[in-house]
Amino acid sequence: MRKMKKTDHPTTIDNKPSAHALPSHLARRRAVQAFFFFLFRTSAFINAAALFLVGYFVISNGYSVISWDFLSKPPTDSMTKGGIMPAIIGTFYLSAGAILIALPVGVASAIYMNEYARKGRVLRIIRFGINNLAGVPSIVFGLFGLAFFCIVLKTGVSLIAGALTLAALTLPVVIGATEEALKAVPDTYREASLALGATKWQTIYRVVIPTALPEILTGAILGLGRAAGETAPIMFTAAVYFTPILPSSIFDEVMALPYHIYVLATAGINIAETRPLQYGTALVLIVLVCGMNLFAIIVRSRMRKKLKG
Amino acid sequence: MQQSGRQLSEVSIKTVFFIIALASITTLLLISLFLFLEGLPVLKSVSLKQFIFGNLWYPTDEPPLFGAFPLIVASGCVTALSALFSVPLGIMTAIYIAEIANKKVAEIVKPTVETLASLPSVVVGLFGMVVVAPFLQRVFNIPVGLNLFNASLMLGFMAVPTICSISEDAINSVPDSLREASLALGATRFETIVKIVLPAGASGIATAVILGMSRAIGETMVVLMVAGGAAIVPYSIFDPVRPMPATIAAEMAEAPFRSEHYHALFAIGIVLFVFTFIFNLTADVLATRFKKKQLGG
Repeated sequence: MRKMKKTDHPTTIDNKPSAHALPSHLARRRAVQAFFFFLFRTSAFINAAALFLVGYFVISNGYSVISWDFLSKPPTDSMTKGGIMPAIIGTFYLSAGAILIALPVGVASAIYMNEYARKGRVLRIIRFGINNLAGVPSIVFGLFGLAFFCIVLKTGVSLIAGALTLAALTLPVVIGATEEALKAVPDTYREASLALGATKWQTIYRVVIPTALPEILTGAILGLGRAAGETAPIMFTAAVYFTPILPSSIFDEVMALPYHIYVLATAGINIAETRPLQYGTALVLIVLVCGMNLFAIIVRSRMRKKLKG
Repeated sequence: MQQSGRQLSEVSIKTVFFIIALASITTLLLISLFLFLEGLPVLKSVSLKQFIFGNLWYPTDEPPLFGAFPLIVASGCVTALSALFSVPLGIMTAIYIAEIANKKVAEIVKPTVETLASLPSVVVGLFGMVVVAPFLQRVFNIPVGLNLFNASLMLGFMAVPTICSISEDAINSVPDSLREASLALGATRFETIVKIVLPAGASGIATAVILGMSRAIGETMVVLMVAGGAAIVPYSIFDPVRPMPATIAAEMAEAPFRSEHYHALFAIGIVLFVFTFIFNLTADVLATRFKKKQLGG
């Protein structure tokens, strides 16, 4: 038996090769391991390199464009010169509006699921809705926003239609983050409050939410970043090439950073001439979005440590 | 009396939360409702078979032709090709983070991957247009750099974070006792990973792969900017293509309200929605099975 197996590679069953075979077998197995570990390490490195490349590309091309005028002036000369101020404001309004809508709804949903609901069919259906909503393509959100908000609710192409569409898209993000936050609150907190005679709602309102609040807000920032970076959902619902005026009502059209980049890069009058503007806008967008993400990641890890200690 | 009033308000608070918690599923239902309301009228101008298997997409011709086959094939090709990059890369990175890297390195690699996920797609599209396209043209000596291959490459990197983080969760949830048993029998760490950890986490990793592909097929800006935009069935990986999301995004602005073209674009939205829905449903089933297995074993 052993002789037969020894001749070829060792199997998991017969894992005791004879004394002679041991060194070469072991060496080969170690070599295989070294090779694959190198491969794993390389793939992690490739991801980092990809991020670095994109970051370097945007920063090295974009930084020379950034100036106070670029950030504070509207575009001029058919968008071939000037700044991006209306797009910054537009993106701010859109993402802030989206979070103002998604945060209360998302937090309430998460509270129901984590604090009230019992395991069962209802919870499964709700979770099914969230998981699938998270998987809906962003362009389909755009179609939905166009058909429902712009046309049926008669908002037209407007700030509010864009904010509502983005709110639908960020809802799963907010719910997920809030659920994590609520789960991180130790059950002993709840039990102590209930034992003191507080009702369930008093416990949630006075104990659970305040404890989880920093992490919930972190989730809100993540949602904000997600909403700010999206293009497809606002293409038909809120964004326009160019508007010289800032939105004065929620029914106005707006400019937005991601859409501005897309238009300049693909449909502008002179694509090559506006390259610097594209890079500058991309840099502002990346700093905004990645900055918010980084901030959220750092705050979250601090909070976790604090809650533990 | 006071007690019952308190109970009543507790019950009504719970009801309010329950109603709000239905927002997600309601939104999902509204999305499908409006897609079908605006998309199904396309069947007045073409049959279902013509729409799905028709080879010619000339929506502005007279009479217009709505054969979405090249668009569906393009989406399929782009997604499949991108999976060739993203699946090995995502899973191997997950293995590295979960099994090999020491804590300090892992704490750097993980946020890096998370940041990769947060890159706005329009910026990735710009990168593909300006950097990758000319690079591909030079290296492969091809006439256009905006093509299926370029789009797949960009999409691949956008799907990696999804695949990586979900696979990592799956790997981490494999109990240590299994690893220890394998190592104690004399297996190397690599053998333990391949023969014990990966099979034990297989359905979790499969979930990761499917969700990553779902992300890739629905991604819009990248395929809009770098796929080339030709509505043809590709013969080579360097052919320009026009996947479904790109078609909707590019043409909706010029499609007159409730015209045949407008309805046809919503119908493409239905096809796309159905694709991602099936992906997500499969992922859901696999994830549930994985959880059950974890609890049972």
